[in-house]
Amino acid sequence: MIRNLTNRIILVVVILAFSLWVDFSTQVKILNPMTDETLFSQDLTPRLGLDLRGGLQVLLEADLPENAKIDTASMEIARDIVQQRTDALGVNENVIQVAGERRIVGEFPGLEDTEAVLATIQQTGLLEFVDTGDFNPEEGSILVTDYSPTGDAAATPADGVNVFHTIMTGAELESVNVSQDTLGTNYIINFVLKSNGSKIFADHTSANRGKFLTILLDKRVISAPVINDAITGGSGSISGRFTYESANAFAIQLRYGSLPVPLKVVETRIIGPTLGADSLNKSLVAGLIGMVIVVLFMIIYYRLPGIVAVLSIMIYAAITFAIFKWFHFTLTLPGIAGFLLSTGTALDSNILIFERMKEELRSGRSLIQAMDLGWTRAWSSIRDSNLAAIITSVILFWFGSSFGATIVKGFSLTLALGVLISLFTAIYVTRTLLALFLRSFKPQNYERWFGI
Amino acid sequence: MNILGKRYYFFALSTILIVSGLALLLIKGVPLSIDFTGGTLLEVQFEKGKSLDADSILPIYEKAEIADAQVTTTETGSIIIRSSFLTNEARDIVLKGMQEKSGSEITVIRFDSVGPSIGKQVTQRAAIAIAVASILVVLFIVWSFRKVENAFRYGVCAILAMLHDIAIIFSITGIGVYFFEWQIDSLFLTALLTVIGFSMQDTIVVFDRIRENSNIHRRLEFEKLVNHSIVQTLQRSINTQLMTVEFLLLSLALFGGVTLQEFAIILLVGLLSGTYSSIFVAAPILVLWEKREWRTWFGRKAEA
Repeated sequence: MIRNLTNRIILVVVILAFSLWVDFSTQVKILNPMTDETLFSQDLTPRLGLDLRGGLQVLLEADLPENAKIDTASMEIARDIVQQRTDALGVNENVIQVAGERRIVGEFPGLEDTEAVLATIQQTGLLEFVDTGDFNPEEGSILVTDYSPTGDAAATPADGVNVFHTIMTGAELESVNVSQDTLGTNYIINFVLKSNGSKIFADHTSANRGKFLTILLDKRVISAPVINDAITGGSGSISGRFTYESANAFAIQLRYGSLPVPLKVVETRIIGPTLGADSLNKSLVAGLIGMVIVVLFMIIYYRLPGIVAVLSIMIYAAITFAIFKWFHFTLTLPGIAGFLLSTGTALDSNILIFERMKEELRSGRSLIQAMDLGWTRAWSSIRDSNLAAIITSVILFWFGSSFGATIVKGFSLTLALGVLISLFTAIYVTRTLLALFLRSFKPQNYERWFGI
Repeated sequence: MNILGKRYYFFALSTILIVSGLALLLIKGVPLSIDFTGGTLLEVQFEKGKSLDADSILPIYEKAEIADAQVTTTETGSIIIRSSFLTNEARDIVLKGMQEKSGSEITVIRFDSVGPSIGKQVTQRAAIAIAVASILVVLFIVWSFRKVENAFRYGVCAILAMLHDIAIIFSITGIGVYFFEWQIDSLFLTALLTVIGFSMQDTIVVFDRIRENSNIHRRLEFEKLVNHSIVQTLQRSINTQLMTVEFLLLSLALFGGVTLQEFAIILLVGLLSGTYSSIFVAAPILVLWEKREWRTWFGRKAEA
């Protein structure tokens, strides 16, 4: 028999209320009541996969010999750069991810123009050394400069926007490397300039000691060191609070002014928007029809427990959807299929328990005894069979992640998540609800209520 | 209900289904999609009334130096062209060529282009994924049945049932390939892996009951014990399988749109086979093993 029924009910209600809140809102914001500052904010717009909304998927691979070792740090940097460059394109929900050791998968919802995307990705980044005077710009912020690659005057910026002067570009760099400072505690970046660059640099640094010399990549601030001394020898160094990794990453950006790893396109997929919308509608309708039949079957066959199971499946769906929205998981077509299948698993756990309960009732046990035994005896098979399903989902997920096969990934993720949540709802929610019903109901002829 | 007594009939049924489907697959050859072989699939829609047939599309592809294009028309009137790997430049040449020739605006519904190296690696990885998944699940079963006599047998029987389900999937795919021109793509792979997961799930439910019963009825003959366990779990198997999972998948197959149809049908058959095999393959083999029936296979006739 369940003790603490009230506590259980409260927990279920709280979880359900929170899930429903997430399900039906588009944004969560918690304000500090005293200051009206935002303490916490989470965007909750559901993410639809490319197969449901149409768009472009590109798989990029390091254009290096097969056996060349590529370190994860430079793949991460390449990913960041691709993300930065493509952010301006499309609906701004581009997802760029490292897939495996040598691949990057990019998804651009709503885009079809492969050329624009690919040109943007493969462009060489523009590295600029900019005079910002006494202004110390924040790392990652975007500055307007007077440099234009074509040599034309840059478009006149809006009033009030500071235009900074570009002293020189990355084209003047001869070489870059990383070393430790004399104390051996910090890492510094050394660079050597080409002859023309040395002269520009010498002139500028001797005239602007103590000022900031900001380094931009694609107009974005990557570092803003202070000029300590005039650099006249055509080489210099940048010190700061660099770790070995960050110094290397920075050096790579300086050296290539662009992608630390050359990338080539190995796979392109375009899904037209009509196909996407069509699939979404059809699969939703299909899911709904299937669910209605299942709900009818459960109620007709299992009666009272059937109703409870249907309620618990609805709670299950609410929780799953809330988790999807909260963590920004992308909803794909196979994802929907995975969800339907895990709904099947959730029902299976209920069915296992109810069949067991019926057996115990038939062998003459009281209702309460039958309920408890039903749960304890069905548990081992529910646990083992669900664990097996989770094992396969994990392997599927691994398979999907290393190839940017997002369909496989989406499917395995929903499946695994669904199985986990279904364990909770079948064991905890169904049981609590059933106990609640029985307590407030006290059915006399339970044979009829339980469909025996 | 004596299910186990008729075990050789069930073995025969499975064998017939598997062999005939696989034969169809062999006759027609295994049509791997570009997900595995590398290549390009381009699906386009022309304006109403304007379209191009294969004879006029092929020369356009040849201009882009692609000689192996295959053109098919779908039910909705769009055109699918499969070819070897198309670069983005080649794609633009092709689209422009088709536009000029047909005098129609062209809508790209789908464009999948997979480099050849990727395709090969996907196939390898998929094989590894299946192998790793099965080994892990066997280990899991052996571990979770460690207190039962011959725990290893349960693991092996679960794997045999799983192999049976994989064979059934290839068999239904063979039928699909032969009659409906299906292709084996990464969704097929997803379906396959799912069936493997759920095949285990069903087998474990039956085995769990055997495990429980063998503690209660210690004196009962093994065959009767297994039969009893099957009968006990039968209602659950039917309800879970037919009434819930199959209904969900059936509606997906019927109303879920072209993209998911093949996937839903393979899952439907595969999961059905998963339930079937746990009752009619895994459990009977367990009994067969216990009785060492293979000793009678070649000498006297088996008591089928």
